[in-house]
Amino acid sequence: MANWAWFHKWGSPRWFYQFSGRLLPWLAVPGLLLFIGGCVWGLLFVPPDFKQGNSFRIIYVHVPAAAVAMGAYMFMATAAAVHLIWRMKLAAMVMKVVAPIGASLTFLSLVTGAVWGKPTWGTWWVWDARITSVLILFFLYLGIIALHQAFENREAAAKACAVLAIVGAVNIPIIYWSVEWWYSLHQPASIKFIGESTIHPTMLRPLMATLSGMYLLFGWLVLLYTRAEIIDRERNTRWLQDMLLTDRPADSAERGA
Amino acid sequence: MKRMGVSAVFVAILRRDLRSALRSGSEWANPLLFFAIVCTLFPLGIGPDARQLALLAPGILWVVALLASMMATDSLFRSDYDDGTLEQMLLSPMPMYPLVLAKILAHWLTSGLPLCLMSPLLAVILQMPMSGVPVLVVSLLIGSAILSFIGAIGAALTVGLRKGGLLLSLIVLPLYIPVLIFGSAAVKSAIDGVVYLPTLALLGALFMLAVALAPLAVAGALRISVDQ
Repeated sequence: MANWAWFHKWGSPRWFYQFSGRLLPWLAVPGLLLFIGGCVWGLLFVPPDFKQGNSFRIIYVHVPAAAVAMGAYMFMATAAAVHLIWRMKLAAMVMKVVAPIGASLTFLSLVTGAVWGKPTWGTWWVWDARITSVLILFFLYLGIIALHQAFENREAAAKACAVLAIVGAVNIPIIYWSVEWWYSLHQPASIKFIGESTIHPTMLRPLMATLSGMYLLFGWLVLLYTRAEIIDRERNTRWLQDMLLTDRPADSAERGA
Repeated sequence: MKRMGVSAVFVAILRRDLRSALRSGSEWANPLLFFAIVCTLFPLGIGPDARQLALLAPGILWVVALLASMMATDSLFRSDYDDGTLEQMLLSPMPMYPLVLAKILAHWLTSGLPLCLMSPLLAVILQMPMSGVPVLVVSLLIGSAILSFIGAIGAALTVGLRKGGLLLSLIVLPLYIPVLIFGSAAVKSAIDGVVYLPTLALLGALFMLAVALAPLAVAGALRISVDQ
């Protein structure tokens, strides 16, 4: 028999609350350093693009937001599957908190894409395959949030959203592929996204920094919101009251000293 | 008491649903009326220019048929949920897959199929070229069945909620997108005189996928809705 203790630990909100508390600074500090550092590097020190001038610099926010937003959906769907299969409460909480974060990132990538599109393509919006796919992803996130809010019963809300998230995850490849196909049918690929062409290493390095920074910040946010969710759900339990009440005098003592 | 086999239960549910739909009338007539009225709105909004309408007709017909199908889906499990039939189905020793399949098939026969049959008429009033009409009917036949399957997932998730209607459209419409893309593209290809069979084949593939997977999601969603 394999030892499953490591796995069962994840079923305990108490263990997760303590564990994630220790993990928080390890995500927040490098995440902020990488993201802010990458932005400063990309905005001030990278030479301007041959064709696009300075407008390409929005890539340092746009690409990480889009990439993490897509990864976040698959992460949410995985949490949904874990919740449905092993009835893990923690997975339901993670699933619930990922949806608004993912929707915000999708929205951010759409807005930065529009801002980038205006000087580059001369228009705020192009019915391009990728833009359309991200817009649909945004709608999928909003659908999950709307479904979650419609339920009064928390357990039923989590399970219903889990089913929808999994159905969405099965559909996402089909949607992407159909939108890609739809785009190639209607328009010749005259506008090439910068990502398609080769990108110069001097531009790529800050992008890698902001991209990894964004992943870390995403993890940090998920942990923060999940901890808030744990506090909300377990507020009547003894361990949480003990922990929160004993933490506070220690904090104030430090501040007093 | 004689125990019924799976196929007997399948036929029994199909017959019961078809009979109640035919007797109430509104169940199959309302989506048709919606389809006709909304298609009438488009020339009024866009203008009566025949060439412009002909260009837009495949897209309009497909979008409106999709909306009509979605409207009809809301009532798919509603009455069975309200009177407790759904609970009995879930408690019965029968596997849920064939039961759900029978419900969806009955729903498609009373909402999707009439839409397909009426679409040539609306294609004519929207000035669509005749060469596209047969493909329109075939693409709607396959496509509306897929829409019924996807819609059933949304209906099962929202059946226990008081204000399910608008929510259903929010969660289901993004999932309808591939069907819309391939369906309207097949009609446009037929009008342009290029090959349309590959596009119809892709719709067929989506249909197969929906038949295989959607009833499982529907059964899971119904269990959640009844349990809460």
